[in-house]
Amino acid sequence: MSPVNLLLAVGARSLRLVESLGHAAVFFRELVRHTPAALRRFDLSVAQIYAIGNLSLVIIIMSGAAVGGVLALQAYYALDRYGAAESVGLLVALSLLRELGPVLTALLFAGRAGTSLTAEIGLMKAGEQLAAMEMMAVDPRSRVLAPRFIAGIVSMPLLSAIFSAVGVTAAYAIAVKLIGIDSAAFWSQMQDGVDVFKDVGNGLVKTIVFGIASTFVALYMGYESEATPEGVAQATTGTVVISSVTVLILDFLLTSLMFSTRP
Amino acid sequence: MEKSDNLVQIDHVTFGYDRRRAVLTDMSMRFPRGSVVAIMGSSGCGKTTLLRLIGGVVRPQSGTILFDREPVDPSDIEHLFALRRRLGMLFQFGALFTDLTVFENVAFPLREHTDLPESMIRDIVLMKLNAVGLRGAAALRIAEVSGGMARRIALGRAIALDPELIMYDEPFAGLDPISLGVTANLIRRLNDATGATSIVVSHDVDECFHICDYAYLISSGRIAGEGTAQQLRASDDPEVRQFILGEPDGPVHFHYPAQPLDQELGLTR
Amino acid sequence: MEKRNLDMLVGFFVLLGAAALVFLSLKAANLANFSFDSTYALTARFDNVGGLKIRAPVKSAGVTIGRISKIAFDDKTFQGVVTLVIDHRYKFPDDTSAKILTSGLLGDQYVGLEPGADDKNLNPGDTIKLTQSAVVLENLIGQMLYSKAAEGKPKDAAK
Repeated sequence: MSPVNLLLAVGARSLRLVESLGHAAVFFRELVRHTPAALRRFDLSVAQIYAIGNLSLVIIIMSGAAVGGVLALQAYYALDRYGAAESVGLLVALSLLRELGPVLTALLFAGRAGTSLTAEIGLMKAGEQLAAMEMMAVDPRSRVLAPRFIAGIVSMPLLSAIFSAVGVTAAYAIAVKLIGIDSAAFWSQMQDGVDVFKDVGNGLVKTIVFGIASTFVALYMGYESEATPEGVAQATTGTVVISSVTVLILDFLLTSLMFSTRP
Repeated sequence: MEKSDNLVQIDHVTFGYDRRRAVLTDMSMRFPRGSVVAIMGSSGCGKTTLLRLIGGVVRPQSGTILFDREPVDPSDIEHLFALRRRLGMLFQFGALFTDLTVFENVAFPLREHTDLPESMIRDIVLMKLNAVGLRGAAALRIAEVSGGMARRIALGRAIALDPELIMYDEPFAGLDPISLGVTANLIRRLNDATGATSIVVSHDVDECFHICDYAYLISSGRIAGEGTAQQLRASDDPEVRQFILGEPDGPVHFHYPAQPLDQELGLTR
Repeated sequence: MEKRNLDMLVGFFVLLGAAALVFLSLKAANLANFSFDSTYALTARFDNVGGLKIRAPVKSAGVTIGRISKIAFDDKTFQGVVTLVIDHRYKFPDDTSAKILTSGLLGDQYVGLEPGADDKNLNPGDTIKLTQSAVVLENLIGQMLYSKAAEGKPKDAAK
């Protein structure tokens, strides 16, 4: 390809990217705009919280336990060399609360709940269900999209808290019950080093931001998907990829803002 | 208030999704109250677009659309939603809500737009389902119903609020002969029983002629012919004749535009 | 009815999440140690605050009775000005001393208050007059090396 053609191709691609970013921004605005109406019909959101939150509990709990346990093991091997084995609890708790809880929950959420949202919205659009709703003078944005948006934002922090709590419990089981570290030391080291506002609070803020981002991406990809089986399949993989990358980038930004070493 | 003779009136409407290419050009149509009007034409000629214009989903580039004497304005949301409560639309494959049961689908417009108690809603839904012959299927999930049944359920949902205008998008497509007969019958009977006006978009000439009072034939974004079934059958217009008689070649060509065959095969230069 | 079932399940989920949050805040973090009762502030000036951080504990007799709320720099006296927030139940005499101590050998630093014998107590906003700065490891090592060197010299001189 000649250099000029290459440049044109890159330019065209970039313009399309900017266009879709603008499109996405408008979609986000519409989601937010219709949230109050959806809050008034809270039963719709409750049904969605069940679909997104409750049904993700199993994978979140299992992953939380696994991560907490593994972290405890790895941390023990490393810390024991410096005679600091009793800090295992502290290390696991900080890792989970500040980073792994929010981020891993968001990634799992994107995979399980995000893809199901994308597929559902995509198929509803393909089957003209959203158009039919509009023709019946019911705004699909308040009735279908916004409740799912609300459900995602509510579910994420809850799931993340459960993830971290299960992780800490698993770490306790491994460190105290299996390895034999003193239980009192385990908890006191942790409590001394974990700050409610800085660690638990910031972690919570992160999950809310991640929840907004992942749910928005999932809904957008579903809404804009092509009305074919391939289109929906592409959209679901797109959701996982874009959600994950967005969460990781946001995590970096938030971490540098929250946990800076400046006083 | 004096009721307009035409429930819907389309005057000199031109429309294109893309500004450069018009899908419909200078269309004028009348839909008298209480009548069944068919809009026929081959696939992709803009029939469904007409329904979307009437429903206010898209706005024409020029011309006006009147519903009960008032212009349809997509930018006036309140007015638009009030208008849409007076019409019912049957989508091509039903467009039923797959996460609800048959009963809940038909109850949907009632629950969204009225404050009727559940007991009354139950009665109305069962009556609507009865009108389309599916009262026994009320508890089924959408995944369990056949294509023909889905259309009828969608019809039940479309008439739940007793609309003044019912629009049908390809109601006959892909149905077996029995379902065809049932559907055509339903469309006519419902229209007459409720005093509604029906617009049927279809390319099934025989069924349409069976039930409609008047028909329009659309070709290349223009009205190629209009009239009663009798008038259209007797027409001399080549486009009308080709469509009505189903001739493979005529004003609508058989061959997709291509270079001459012998050139393509390399026989001449 | 289906809806009631749904509501209950979702309610259960929300409760579970809330319980997890409470567990984390109390068991894992230091919420339990947080006294939301009223507190009063005292200031203390140090030549070197070392690695003291905001929200580090203030302990007396090993018991946490307050937190560090602010660390500032006074460019007139070139000292560190530390604001301590103490639980209002505990009053300290006027001649209390404040030391910056380290938990364990290489742990976090905190402020330890050793009470004096005065009858008068410190009022809110008062400054603790007796302070001992943080031990700076480098200075300690430097001192040790210097004293080792000094030990060596008299031996040489005696030769």
